Amino acid sequence: MDFSLTETQQLIRETARDFARQEVAPGAAERDETHRFPAEIVRQLAALGFMGVAIPEELGGSGLDPLCYVLAMEEISRACAGTGVIMSVNNSLVCDPLHAFGTPEQHERWLRPLARGELLGCFGLSEPGTGSDAVNLKTTAKQVDGGYLLDGTKNFITNAPEADLALIFAVTDREKRHKGVSCFLLPMKTPGVSLGSHDKKVGIRCSHSSPIILEEVLLPAEAMLGRPGDGFRIAMATLDGGRIGIAAQALGIAGAALAAAASYAQERTAFGKPIAELQAIQFMLADMATELDAARLLTYRAAWLKGAGKRYGKEAAMAKLFASEAASRIASKAIQIHGGYGYVSDYPAERFWRDARITEIYEGTSEIQRLVIAANFLKELE
Amino acid sequence: MDFALDEEQQILQRTLRSFAEKRVAAEAALRDRQGLFPTALLQECAALGLTGMLIPEQYGGSAMGAVAYSLALTEIGRACAGTAVTLSVSNMVAEAILRWGSESQRQEYLPGLCDGALVPGAFALTEPECGSDPAGLRTRATRVPEGYRLSGEKVFCTSASHAGVFLLVARTGAAGGKGLSAFLIPRGQPGLTVTRVEEKLGQHASDTATVCLDDCLVDAGALLGPEGAGLAIALGALDGGRIGIGSLALGIGQAALLAAGRYALQRVQFGKPIAEHGAIQAKLADCATELEAAQLLVWRAAWLKERGGARPTGEAAMAKLFATEAASHACDEALQIHGGYGYSKDFPVERYYRDVRVTRLYEGTSEIQRLVIARKLLERVGEGQGVP
Repeated sequence: MDFSLTETQQLIRETARDFARQEVAPGAAERDETHRFPAEIVRQLAALGFMGVAIPEELGGSGLDPLCYVLAMEEISRACAGTGVIMSVNNSLVCDPLHAFGTPEQHERWLRPLARGELLGCFGLSEPGTGSDAVNLKTTAKQVDGGYLLDGTKNFITNAPEADLALIFAVTDREKRHKGVSCFLLPMKTPGVSLGSHDKKVGIRCSHSSPIILEEVLLPAEAMLGRPGDGFRIAMATLDGGRIGIAAQALGIAGAALAAAASYAQERTAFGKPIAELQAIQFMLADMATELDAARLLTYRAAWLKGAGKRYGKEAAMAKLFASEAASRIASKAIQIHGGYGYVSDYPAERFWRDARITEIYEGTSEIQRLVIAANFLKELE
Repeated sequence: MDFALDEEQQILQRTLRSFAEKRVAAEAALRDRQGLFPTALLQECAALGLTGMLIPEQYGGSAMGAVAYSLALTEIGRACAGTAVTLSVSNMVAEAILRWGSESQRQEYLPGLCDGALVPGAFALTEPECGSDPAGLRTRATRVPEGYRLSGEKVFCTSASHAGVFLLVARTGAAGGKGLSAFLIPRGQPGLTVTRVEEKLGQHASDTATVCLDDCLVDAGALLGPEGAGLAIALGALDGGRIGIGSLALGIGQAALLAAGRYALQRVQFGKPIAEHGAIQAKLADCATELEAAQLLVWRAAWLKERGGARPTGEAAMAKLFATEAASHACDEALQIHGGYGYSKDFPVERYYRDVRVTRLYEGTSEIQRLVIARKLLERVGEGQGVP
């Protein structure tokens, strides 16, 4: 047992923290307001090696462990959660499955530039009528001469407007249910690919998401990731890892909200003393700090398990469930501590609250995490 | 980071789980119903080294360390919370004697606390008018030529009727925290009587009683640490004690969740085991998640304590606050999952539900933990260190 960070982990955290403070935090409020994609910051993240943190160096990544990825995600998201998710999608949902399931040719063509941050990726699983129930996809991939013909619509695809490559999950054999889903590497410039209008979101507004519309998109057979029918397995394995990234994003938002609330409470005077001296405020701060640490330990543990090559599906679900819900509670209390100032955009608390909300939804809603946790828990009892 | 238990810790956990299931759980319900103190069981625990876990071998202890100590209290707590709290307090008293005691005090008390002869140790701090605010204690220790003469009343004293030794805090000086001193008083000391045994909501196997000090004369050698150090000794002991209480609360919560999971798998409603209903799954998932988070907080505090360095006051408070509240939630949901059977004494969850309640009260209420946590956080922010 050792709750301390290694030197490398500390170094990554400090590097990410310095960069986040200097480069990411200053424009975060403005980007939130204007919905401007942080293209320059993404280039800088790439230069720092943060777009492919856990990918081996020989494949273009930084070769670091999943905990380093979590620490970097936490720090970047603390400054700007929208930037955090851009990074998370590329790392967890694109580079990781490409690394795990890709052929050497796919590694060369796609993983290397994606991990270096020269290209940006997105993950196309959800559809207008299918979110949590990922087996029932409507998008189809029909085998034809020269490969597969894809038709359908993917929805809420983070990074889609800026992405160079999408992982697309489509049904290749409807009768086989979840074993009839396959995963494709889709260059976004392929004929027949178009984007729907950008989603107007509550939060994480500098990150863009939109539908991806596929109309008779022809892909060669070698565009498939894994084998026919591997798609659902790839998606689920990818989301196990992705959940750790989103948990880390939630930690960042929660940390920012707690920091803002604690310093405001020390500056703001009411009833003749700083409100930090009132027990009502102290109780909120204590609960926020405790839940943040609990969330952090769950998240770091899941990352540690992943790095150690152990099973981590249940632990990742616990981390994501707890960290995301804790982030929402913490951000809500941060608003409360700010009073009226918490409700206006002159202060960042309301942004943290809006940004936190999505972490309870994407990459598996809280409800899905609970099903995953319960299924694992009950299996352990048998 | 490394979240795994080492081999020794794993062996200890396995051994104690088996001991707790076979020896501690067996009569837990009986002890609960009849209010039986686990006298013989404590001797078995002593033989396993569980009464001197933080004490070096030279004094007869097993020196297993704070993490092992936490694991032990969780395992015993899963089987019988009353037995676990008795051990927790006894270990806390032993540790305070190790830390603050003179060599002769260590020689006098530690071997007996470790081998069982003086088990359990009792900690007498709380008074009728003085719980969360110990700086206001009224029990007086007046300096006399022979030593000190103590007068006053201590309430809610865990293990008082069976204690081999009391660690007792009394006022030797002026008002406020700095006027307090700690004393070691052996059982049977003239002038010290146990007057009233509490009838409690839960943890019936643990003894909780009032201690009356009526001109109780002790010699100067009974003073633990320097005069005026009483509050520091008590609060320092409670830092460690809170890890103990967090650990045993975790054990109660785990027992409740386990019972709920097993029940849900075999109870059929609407044509299938209730474990297959989303409503039940969500409860199990939330409780499992909270208990694992609690475990990590408890382990972290124990690990920090074992490593040495700055006292993990804030982390111990977080561990106690979160673990006791998570365990309470788990017990409540476990009872709910059992439906009407949960309310019946035929199933163990009603005992867990009653037993867990006090963990949010003793060794610092949840409210006191929150004040400690907030103070630590605001100190950091005030010093410009920012929020971690």
